[in-house]
Amino acid sequence: MPKWLRLPLLPEGMPVAEATAVTHGPGSSQHAAQHIAHQFVDADQQHEAGTLGMWVFLVTEIMFFGGLFAAYAIYRGLYLPAFEYGSRLLDIRLGTTNTAVLIASSLTMALAVHSAQTGKRKALIAFLLLTMVFGATFLGIKAYEYVHKWDDFLVPGLRFAPTETLPAGVTLPNLQLFFCFYFFMTALHGLHMIIGLGIMTVLVILSRRGRFSADYYAPIEISGLYWHFVDIVWIFLFPLLYLIGGRY
Amino acid sequence: MSTAVAEVPGARPVNYLNAKYGIRSWLLTTDHKRIALLYLVSITFMFFIGGAAATLMRMHLITPGGALVQPETYNKLFSIHGIVMVFFFMIPSIPAVLGNFLVPMMVGAKDLAFPRINLLSWYIYVVGALFTLYAILAGGVDTGWTFYTPYSSTYANSHVIAAALGVFISGFSSILTGLNFIVTIHKMRAPGLTWFRMPLFLWAIYATSIIMVLGTPVVAITIVLVALERLLHVGIFDPKLGGDPLLFQHLFWFYSHPAVYIMVLPGMGVVSELIACFSRKRIFGYSFVAFSSLAIAVISFLVWGHHMFVTGQSIYAGLIFSLLSFLVAIPSAIKVFNWTATLYKGSISYQAPMLYGLGFIGLFTMGGLTGLFLASLATDVHLNGTYFIVAHFHYIMVGGTVMAYMGGLHFWWPKITGRMYSDAWARFAALLIFVGFNLTFFPQFMLGYLGMPRRYATYPAEFQVLNVMSSAGASILGIGYLIPLVYFIYSMRYGPIAGPNPWRATGLEWQTPSPPPTENFEETPVVTEEAYAYAQMAPPAAVAGRNAGG
Amino acid sequence: MSQHVVPVKTYVAIFLALLCLTALTTGVAFINLGAMNTVVALVIAVTKMLLVILIFMHVKYSSRLTKIVIVAAFFWLGLLLTFTLTDVFTRHWTPSPSGWGPSISAPAPREK
Repeated sequence: MPKWLRLPLLPEGMPVAEATAVTHGPGSSQHAAQHIAHQFVDADQQHEAGTLGMWVFLVTEIMFFGGLFAAYAIYRGLYLPAFEYGSRLLDIRLGTTNTAVLIASSLTMALAVHSAQTGKRKALIAFLLLTMVFGATFLGIKAYEYVHKWDDFLVPGLRFAPTETLPAGVTLPNLQLFFCFYFFMTALHGLHMIIGLGIMTVLVILSRRGRFSADYYAPIEISGLYWHFVDIVWIFLFPLLYLIGGRY
Repeated sequence: MSTAVAEVPGARPVNYLNAKYGIRSWLLTTDHKRIALLYLVSITFMFFIGGAAATLMRMHLITPGGALVQPETYNKLFSIHGIVMVFFFMIPSIPAVLGNFLVPMMVGAKDLAFPRINLLSWYIYVVGALFTLYAILAGGVDTGWTFYTPYSSTYANSHVIAAALGVFISGFSSILTGLNFIVTIHKMRAPGLTWFRMPLFLWAIYATSIIMVLGTPVVAITIVLVALERLLHVGIFDPKLGGDPLLFQHLFWFYSHPAVYIMVLPGMGVVSELIACFSRKRIFGYSFVAFSSLAIAVISFLVWGHHMFVTGQSIYAGLIFSLLSFLVAIPSAIKVFNWTATLYKGSISYQAPMLYGLGFIGLFTMGGLTGLFLASLATDVHLNGTYFIVAHFHYIMVGGTVMAYMGGLHFWWPKITGRMYSDAWARFAALLIFVGFNLTFFPQFMLGYLGMPRRYATYPAEFQVLNVMSSAGASILGIGYLIPLVYFIYSMRYGPIAGPNPWRATGLEWQTPSPPPTENFEETPVVTEEAYAYAQMAPPAAVAGRNAGG
Repeated sequence: MSQHVVPVKTYVAIFLALLCLTALTTGVAFINLGAMNTVVALVIAVTKMLLVILIFMHVKYSSRLTKIVIVAAFFWLGLLLTFTLTDVFTRHWTPSPSGWGPSISAPAPREK
């Protein structure tokens, strides 16, 4: 890659002369000096700015998904029977499993941050990889569900012709509306997971190069915030799509 | 405040403009000042595209039957004018140009918190603009900038998806810029720069950024839903398939009303700086003005239903929105009163930036007052969908924001370029713009009240006189906007060299050389004074005149 | 800034709590509580979210600014939901006044 195109992924300011990287526990990388970008006065300011920046970004994500949740709430209120019936057509076992998988990935992510904070490089890499495994599992199960919906003719706009008779109060357009929300909200969520996997990949690569230490682990923590947020979106998607369909 | 010593005697000192040469050093820059100039060029380009659409519209409207284009084309013209002007000129203008340039300097930092995200923000803007330009060249879009459904999602035959994607993408540019400003202002203020010592421009930018961050994502997702509905023919907003067109409007206006405050708040911030400097006085009621910016940001999110009074919205919701819309006028009024009080017994001079600042106060007040007619449900029923609305928002956006933007450009031009422009030409252009603007838009209040609908390619013959006046005004306005292009470009090469502080203004940005070095400050400044410490300033030295370069 | 190191035990405990809540919410879905099903599901979801935010995302140990930012985001989302729902579900509250029928005539055409 030509030098002029190589934009550094992480701040590559001057390593702090009095790098305290060497003072923490075994297993830490030897050359994990702090890197402070030129616009910051010190490492603290950089860490705080990075964390606040990620939180502000998560605010935008809350509003982004929030628009969909608002639309969903309104249509659910207007077409309750159709939304309940649609919900019953989703596979609750797969949904519950996926929820557990994602919660597990949040645990491993939190443990990855913990490893970074305590300077344990190998554990950090292991937990990052585990998080990715769980994330990929989630996506795999989701893909499996999507394929099943396709087979059952339940994909709006592309292949929507449910074979079973609709219960009373359920019209075809309203049912299609439910599945619009199902696909769009879970697809948007899935897209965020894929981006998250990309971020994790970068973190694994950088961790293996010894970029992080107990004094410099902000990117891990900040990426963790993003990952937990994606988990939280699912924590709401799961009941709203799978659980409140009158399965009794 | 020393300039960097040049290696070669007589050579220009190293500043952000000449620090590195070559197109790569501009396209891959992370220097906030260079990024501000990248934005300046792009939004000026988009301004003239939107202006071209407006020119064609006003020429077309000289005769009642429509002199120039087919009605379908007219629909595309007003849509393109709106989309380009709102999303690609007005929203980025002051934040992305003046904000990017000044925020780090005003807080005493070397750059924004996230310089590479800043550059990414510009690239995202450019990609969004390219999508929109493609939509225009491929045949245009005719839904209006408001993309109302189900026309946009189901029935329109124009390039809705391309235009919608352009808007969607540009939204992320806005979000990232706002995010950068919020973090910079919270975390990177110089020692001694407490919140209440900040220039009011920073308060305005901060409030604007809050709106950008909270509102833009909602319109982003809404536009994606429209595109999906268009692609998949599903019924999210189509009543025939169970959708609710009003839901689109709620989601759209939830952002787009605060968006108009994204457009006007930074202008108010600029005006505070101009009024203080050219009255040689601190802004009266500083904390009121600061808090009013935050109040506008918050209340702006509570009023969006006033765009929907005649759409079939619930009457009760309409009542609430109407009441809240009256409330939102209060903080704006507070600002106008405080600026006026600042002028009182000030030592006032009338250079071009001040002319624009004063113009803002008058025209924004008129625009704001006419907004009250629209906030009240009963009168809005008569005025909605007419030229009254068009005049109202142009008074605020053009008479307000564009004037403030021009004033800011004129005020900070010597800092940005190190050169002074011809103040005589600048004042002439300002007056031309003021006259042209009023001639264009005041008749439109009358047209609206008399019943001429907006977005119509033809009109009853009795409205022709006012329309001709409006079109005549538009031509004067257009010339007024072209003149600064000439003298600004001329000044970059031939203008007299401006010193660090030709206006003798307060503020950290004036403590650096003009143009500033890449890192802004040799050492981190320490702030010990309140903002606008004009009273404590020493009287001018014999040589430094008030009219630097007039 | 979160320099606070949360012990591994805490993380595992929260994880187990989250799993339990997930099992609970799935289980409740099979019980008929009428309208309360939605309420219970949302309450459990909010509880899970709080556990993730406070412990996994370290907000319990974060600055006041962080907490304000998060509260603001949910407040704004609430604004969007509240006002929009208010419109949609009160539209039918205003019956057409009976006096608005034939007693209103169209205005006379304008004299040219």
